[in-house]
Amino acid sequence: MARLNLWRWAVLGAAALYFLVPLAASVVFTVDVPGQGVTFDAYGRILSTDGFVTGLLLSLELAAATIAVVLLLMVPAMVALRLGVPRLRPVVEIVCALPLVVPPIAFVAGIGTVLKWGPEQLSRTPLFQTFVALQNPDFPIVLVLAYVVMALPFVYRALDAGLRAIDVPTLVEAARSCGANWPQALVRAVLPNLRGALLNASFLTLALVLGEFTVAQLLGFQPFAVWIVNVSGSQAQLSVAVSVLSLLVTWLLLLALAGVGGRTRPTSRG
Amino acid sequence: MTAALTGAGTATAAPRKRRRRALGALAVVPLLVFTALAFGLPALAMLDGAFTVKDPATGATSYTTANLTASLQGAYLTALLGSVKLAAVSAALGALLGLPLAQAVVTSRFRALREAVLTASGVLANFGGVPLAFAFVATLGNAGVLTRRLGLTDKGWDLYSFSGLVLVYLYFLIPLMVLTITPALEGLRSQWREAARNNGATTAQYWRHVALPVLLPTLLGGFVLLFGSAFAAYATAAAMVGSSVPLVTLQIADALSGNVLVGQENVALALSLDMVLVAGLVMAVYLPLQRRSARWLA
Repeated sequence: MARLNLWRWAVLGAAALYFLVPLAASVVFTVDVPGQGVTFDAYGRILSTDGFVTGLLLSLELAAATIAVVLLLMVPAMVALRLGVPRLRPVVEIVCALPLVVPPIAFVAGIGTVLKWGPEQLSRTPLFQTFVALQNPDFPIVLVLAYVVMALPFVYRALDAGLRAIDVPTLVEAARSCGANWPQALVRAVLPNLRGALLNASFLTLALVLGEFTVAQLLGFQPFAVWIVNVSGSQAQLSVAVSVLSLLVTWLLLLALAGVGGRTRPTSRG
Repeated sequence: MTAALTGAGTATAAPRKRRRRALGALAVVPLLVFTALAFGLPALAMLDGAFTVKDPATGATSYTTANLTASLQGAYLTALLGSVKLAAVSAALGALLGLPLAQAVVTSRFRALREAVLTASGVLANFGGVPLAFAFVATLGNAGVLTRRLGLTDKGWDLYSFSGLVLVYLYFLIPLMVLTITPALEGLRSQWREAARNNGATTAQYWRHVALPVLLPTLLGGFVLLFGSAFAAYATAAAMVGSSVPLVTLQIADALSGNVLVGQENVALALSLDMVLVAGLVMAVYLPLQRRSARWLA
């Protein structure tokens, strides 16, 4: 038994070393400026640096819109699968797994091609205005569309795990026989039982949108992650400071969520 | 699950059942329409673009396989092979290193440690990207803390190389492996170990003849998943190395933004199609493995 413990601590120690050293070194990198000694200047500058507030706000707005859309699409569909249309279940399963087969970079290549149809072929039709609105740099709806697609696998898994734990048909039957209509049964009986799964799905989507770089960069928008990369050229310390902060904040939020909503396990590909 | 649902369905009256079905289908339709537009349209555009060329003189388009041929030649082929090699090496290492870590975490008595490690794994596995790249640049880059303190540059260390990328990729691949393998390790029943020991098996024999065969589908599935994840990764590499290591994702980005040559967009789409084919192959291997491993862990 003693040998087993030794082995376990060796593995955990090595892992801690590998995973904590880069974080610790990054903190050292941001506070220990050569020639100036220890200074917290990099962290103080974050808020006042050009583009940080707009980038972060844009990311948060995109995240809010993405969460709203993905839940509005997925929750009714997933509940319906449990209630009366099991035959559509494989269809939804495949639709939600498809984004895993198309890497983000390939997806954005396709989106770029579609967006180019606007000026090339549709410039005289009313659809053209739609294409312009999609790419409004203040609030690029096209990013919301892309992020909803990319979030589908995560949200599917989170909701599926939540729904597996409750008996939806019985809940709905009970609510209906107490006189509730369909929307009431859904909102007042089913959704409260899904609170953990909904929180989980929202949080995974939030983290996905905040960290997303590929699609936003290649379509030429500048939310948070793209801003970090753009600012790194001129202010290396600042970009590392923001990176470390964003990693730690995401981790702490997820940990808090695990405490609130039971065990979180966001298994999937990045 | 399906059986339980149809069972509940036959219990209710037929007209109500039909109405419920119609309502149910109605609830699924928006999702399907949305994915058809937001996902299907770009996917079709990619497929179409991968097989078209535009004559610069006349502006006429024609269907051809020239783009695909071009995407499998020269620098593009090098990049594709580079990506496959990087993904294979880092996925193999990630799977091998993730297994003992997951086992150490699963068998740990400290619940807080398990929660913290599993949550941290979730963060690192899915959302590393850009922050991760910068953490490593600050640590082991040319002006990184460890590079300067330990004089690593003189010893031939270079983060912006193949082995540097493997080191960084492991930072999100090992957590992904931990997440994938943990349910399987938790499913290993202690009775199996006891039964093996009662029959006189050593720990090594237990692992060789009982645990590993049960874990094998999950292990392989994990490797495949890691491969796909490393193969598709773009943000980390783009933020870190620019294009000093040939990778297919970087090539696509370059071709799309017209950095190298103008008019390579369709080759970029053909490269994207190559990637989708590889990723599709990955999923085709992964799904049966996952189903097989689920059999033991029910």
